Amino acid sequence: MKYVDEYRDGALARGIAATIAAEVLPDRRYAFMEFCGGHTHAISRYGIEDLLPENLRMIHGPGCPVCVLPVGRIDDAIRLAANPAVTLCTYADLMRVPGSHGASLLKAKAAGADIRMIYSSLDAVRIAAAEPGREVVFFAIGFETTTPPTAIALRQAIAKGLTNFSIFCNHVLTPVAMRTILDTNDEPPIAIDGFVGPSHVSSIIGLAPYREFAEAYRKPVVIAGFEPLDVMQAILMLVRQVNEQRAEVENQYIRAVTAAGNVTAQNLCAEIFELRDSFEWRGLGNVAASALKLRDAFAAYDAEQRFAVRTIAAADNPACECPAILRGRKKPADCKLFGTICTPETPTGACMVSSEGACAAHYTYGRFRTHQMQVAS
Amino acid sequence: MCLAIPALVVQILPDQMARISLDGVMITISIALVEDVAVDDYVIVHVGHALARIDPAEAERTLALLAEAGALGQTA
Amino acid sequence: MNSEAPRKSFRRKLDIANGRIDMSHGSGGRAMADLIAGIFRAEFANDLLDQGNDQASFPTPTGGRMVMTTDGYVVSPLFFPGGDIGSLAVHGTINDVAMSGARPLYLSASFIIEEGFAFADLQRIARSMGDASREAGVPVITGDTKVVERGKADGVFIATAGIGVVPDGLVLSGDRAEPGDIVIVSGSMGDHGVAIMSSRENLEFETEILSDSAALHGLVAVMVAAAGPHLKLMRDPTRGGLAATLNELAHQSKIGFRIDEDAIPVKPQVAAACELLGLDPLFVANEGKLVAVVAPAGADALLAAMRAHRLGADAAIIGKAVADEQRFVQMTTSFGGGRIVDWLSGEQLPRIC
Repeated sequence: MKYVDEYRDGALARGIAATIAAEVLPDRRYAFMEFCGGHTHAISRYGIEDLLPENLRMIHGPGCPVCVLPVGRIDDAIRLAANPAVTLCTYADLMRVPGSHGASLLKAKAAGADIRMIYSSLDAVRIAAAEPGREVVFFAIGFETTTPPTAIALRQAIAKGLTNFSIFCNHVLTPVAMRTILDTNDEPPIAIDGFVGPSHVSSIIGLAPYREFAEAYRKPVVIAGFEPLDVMQAILMLVRQVNEQRAEVENQYIRAVTAAGNVTAQNLCAEIFELRDSFEWRGLGNVAASALKLRDAFAAYDAEQRFAVRTIAAADNPACECPAILRGRKKPADCKLFGTICTPETPTGACMVSSEGACAAHYTYGRFRTHQMQVAS
Repeated sequence: MCLAIPALVVQILPDQMARISLDGVMITISIALVEDVAVDDYVIVHVGHALARIDPAEAERTLALLAEAGALGQTA
Repeated sequence: MNSEAPRKSFRRKLDIANGRIDMSHGSGGRAMADLIAGIFRAEFANDLLDQGNDQASFPTPTGGRMVMTTDGYVVSPLFFPGGDIGSLAVHGTINDVAMSGARPLYLSASFIIEEGFAFADLQRIARSMGDASREAGVPVITGDTKVVERGKADGVFIATAGIGVVPDGLVLSGDRAEPGDIVIVSGSMGDHGVAIMSSRENLEFETEILSDSAALHGLVAVMVAAAGPHLKLMRDPTRGGLAATLNELAHQSKIGFRIDEDAIPVKPQVAAACELLGLDPLFVANEGKLVAVVAPAGADALLAAMRAHRLGADAAIIGKAVADEQRFVQMTTSFGGGRIVDWLSGEQLPRIC
């Protein structure tokens, strides 16, 4: 696959790993947060941590929109789907996220709710057009990468004159989340030396939104492409920034990210969405100006208004360490529930249910590292 | 939400849609978010939508930088 | 390196009073294994069932050993690129018998047909089964027919049984792998599952990816002859893919595996389709492939014999068995790092992120 395979070359990886090892200062510790869940997945799936030096660790950030969706919003979606008139269209990632009392969309479907897994937001519009007797609700989640596709779907629904299509909007914002992590008043504060910035969020928003982290917080940010070599090169660029005591926004993903970002997408989203005052994030609590809702002009397409959704905040299992893990405070193996009660089959918290979550990634790809035993070959 | 894959545009369709190919596997996606998409462009595809065009020159430059970074380690 | 002691593996008990079947119980992963152990094995309780293979082998009252297997086919859509529910039923049942090294003799086929199903479609399926069974030399000798009301059977479901004879002295079983044994796959992984997904409504691909559905008993006969006593076991990686099979075998044989991602054959189009959908070919079903575990002394001869056969042309050594109390299937990625290949968690649902 062009533009994919070249960036997965194992021989080049070993070379870059050697360069990183050569350039890290031996008596310094480096901790970088990869914000994006897709990067967490790539790091685990390719075993990148095996290629990094001992004194460099990656902290998995909260950039997994499935992981940060609070229990209350899943409950809302399940309640919407329980309405016999409703067809709930959702990305497959959300099917197994646990709601309250062990409920989930997958279980609701098993009990008879009309829940359809879709690949693209446009599939929801297609279903609404094909089934005028059904109230089609699109369960929209995601960071800035996934928000424009929702906007396109809404525009299409309007163009087709659909009256049975609405959106349950849970879109969230990246820079605000990054700021929240850095502002956390944890004692001692989490040492983050820099960020590996998200690939496709940045294709949309460009580089400007990250400047505050370099300028105000003095944290280097390197926007990295999606493939493992991109991640490694970004880590090398971060090491160099730290060593040279620079704090800049650099772009490693030059083939798909421009400084201005995707202005068409930005303008479309500005037309359709506005900021919520506040939104609950699993693990980060209530965060101001961190999420989007449909503008009043589109109230007819807003499922929250159409179906009078009243979100009830629900508590997580008190032993679940997702909040600390999402902030990079703890590692999956630090959670008592990890690997015992909480597994990808039987997830307690969202870090386990999404394959991008730190816990699922560690369990599925990496837990042999915390279970190191003498292996006789 | 980042899972996105670079794919080749093989046909432009009406209503801002296009047919793309990933190693011969073809699907139809929306190109409404990217201006002036043409056949033979590579675009980043995410949940059925093109988000950005891949710049071939910058892609080459990245590969060169990667090769350079890889070579450094060998001589260090 | 973490000095914490490994956690004991936690077996969650089935919640019999309140639990319900959901789609994850049918996907070949851990949920399904737990269901089988918790309900079926628990209630049927006998040694032959506890062999834990896809077929049961038993001595006949008149001497010699036979093998029996049963399968259900619920594939949707019924007709897909490279096959249909009928040919799949014949191939799959023959394969389950053949994995024990047995020569398949006869099949039975039981049809549960939905009211309203077209005769023409039924004939198409039956013809496909007839052709497949004639080509394989394994006739369908008995059957059953039931009809259920509209909405209760998704067109048609097919349940099969197969029997075969095992040559003297041949004991192939999932618990026979030992540290040092070599793991071989007979060809490319993921073809069938992707062919199915590509013809389902929601995920439409416009280029045909064909199912690999095929009867493997001919290949098996060649393998048994070539490897002799060195051959320890064979299994076909159907639902849950290669990952499920290796994990099952690791637990049955009480070992671990170390495999090499670069060595696993995957067709470029299948890899591309998986990328688009966020799937991992290791977890995707195959219907015309097998995994073999062989003692090192027999590996080269076995590989050569497989490659000389039409259905094993792309056979490859992918790794080996090791001692591992955690029963991990560990893989060196093409990138050079390490990861485990875990049991599939429930349905493999396409990721978007």
